Amino acid sequence: MTSFLFISSGLFLGWSLGANDAANLFGTAVSTKMVKFTTAAVIISIFVTIGAVFGGTGTTETLGALGSVNALAGAFVVALAAGVTVYLMTCYELPVSTTQSIVGAIIGWNLFSGRPTQLDVLYKILGTWVFSPILSALFAIVFFKIAEYIVKNCRIHLFKIDMFTRIGLILVGAFGAYSLGANNIANVMGVFTKTSILASLQIGFITLSNTQVLFLLGGLAISVGVFTYSKRVMSTVGRNIFKISPVASLVVVLSSSVVLFIFASEGLESILLNLGLPTIPLVPVSGSQAVVGAVIGIGLAKGGRNVNYKLLGKIGLGWVLTPLFALIISYIVLFFMQNVFMHQVYF
Amino acid sequence: MKSIFGKSKELEKNIEEYLDIVEEALLIFERDINRYLEGQYDLFEENLDDILTVENNADDILKEIKYKLYTYMLIPEARGDVLNIIESLDNEVDLCKKVLMQFSIEKPEIKDFIVSDFKELTKQSLKSAEQLVRGIRTYFEEISMVNEYVNKVHFYEHEADKLEERIKRKVFSTDHINDLCKKVHIRHFSERLAYFSDLAEEISEILSVASIKRSI
Repeated sequence: MTSFLFISSGLFLGWSLGANDAANLFGTAVSTKMVKFTTAAVIISIFVTIGAVFGGTGTTETLGALGSVNALAGAFVVALAAGVTVYLMTCYELPVSTTQSIVGAIIGWNLFSGRPTQLDVLYKILGTWVFSPILSALFAIVFFKIAEYIVKNCRIHLFKIDMFTRIGLILVGAFGAYSLGANNIANVMGVFTKTSILASLQIGFITLSNTQVLFLLGGLAISVGVFTYSKRVMSTVGRNIFKISPVASLVVVLSSSVVLFIFASEGLESILLNLGLPTIPLVPVSGSQAVVGAVIGIGLAKGGRNVNYKLLGKIGLGWVLTPLFALIISYIVLFFMQNVFMHQVYF
Repeated sequence: MKSIFGKSKELEKNIEEYLDIVEEALLIFERDINRYLEGQYDLFEENLDDILTVENNADDILKEIKYKLYTYMLIPEARGDVLNIIESLDNEVDLCKKVLMQFSIEKPEIKDFIVSDFKELTKQSLKSAEQLVRGIRTYFEEISMVNEYVNKVHFYEHEADKLEERIKRKVFSTDHINDLCKKVHIRHFSERLAYFSDLAEEISEILSVASIKRSI
């Protein structure tokens, strides 16, 4: 029971990921009534959980290399610090990402426990934060140009475009949910993997390792976040943040999902290794920032009009502020957990 | 329970049907006006029911389109524009019926010296409406071509305006018609015929804005 109490902070983080980041996948589709909210929520829940359980190990290893949180109470504090940072920054309408807050919180644990932070891993992670929105923008430019060419030259009836867009939004949304689960589950549950609190599980023919069971719980927490809170976030995303056409929103979701996927896919990593090509690091990246990158990409593809360059500045601010806040909160709460509540936060 | 493919195909067919009916109404109108101007009054009266039938069909299909557009939840981003265009186009069909009825009831006396101008005015004004219907078809299938048709609508509207003015000047400066009432009556009918192109121009503006909104 105590174990479950300790992973509650991770579940809270999962809930906020479901409420916020998942909304990016279907925000425009739901707010423009192209896809019903219930359909979107069911698709996200299923695929985010599949992604988390079967594709989440790659990014978890990277976070583990950054800081191997080995005590349950310590993992609880790290996830709590990340969750509180996300909550506080959201309250003050500051740009925030679960990825950046968990990294800050882990570094806070490293500092508190006196473990060295692997700088090469840290630089790799920081590099992907900068690189992922840029990559997402590049993908968006390419996909947008392809979509524009097809719409302009293929004489497709308006109703058929609408139908293909709907189907596309559902398929790409499912792919996006899978990628989000695979890439971001490390943020939610990654810190608990070294603490081995759960046993493995047999469901029919499938055997889930203890880490996968943990990720399954994380996936369910994300699903709860989707069903309980993402509807209003979706309408904000659709109406206020990027008011774009359904076809353009399809491009945005596809581009950001591909980015999340390539930074999480072990399959892709092994293909690149076999081909003797340089691999892409498996790092949790921010889905929201990939979306912003894709929206800017579309703006650039349209000739640079209506591009909100302030958003870029905000993202940059988020790279610095989020980990810093999470680090400070993590350090302070670890101190209290060890010295006031008398729980061992590291071994 | 129809699939999204079935619903989409059905609505696409309804819109095609509707546009075909509008074109048919314009053809019937031109045929009947020419008969009237050529003095074939019996033939004109005999076939007056044609336009009533076409107008009723247009209303039925329009109702179906409206119902399906909103219950099938298709094209949520564009359905307001599509409905606005289709409903505005219905005014052209209504106008066909109204003007033919006015000819039938009021029997304006179109003197020989302006018959050819009246025919030309009808032709140019209806051409404007025809180009509009073609423009609407391209809105659904080849959005980049819409502007070309909108420009043609403007061109024919301008031509119709010139002919309308020419008729008015001729009528009010001639000695062939002495009665001012008759002159005013002819003026009224020339304005009614030119109104097809004015209406087409108005709708083409709506179409133009809708096509810009549809760019991805």
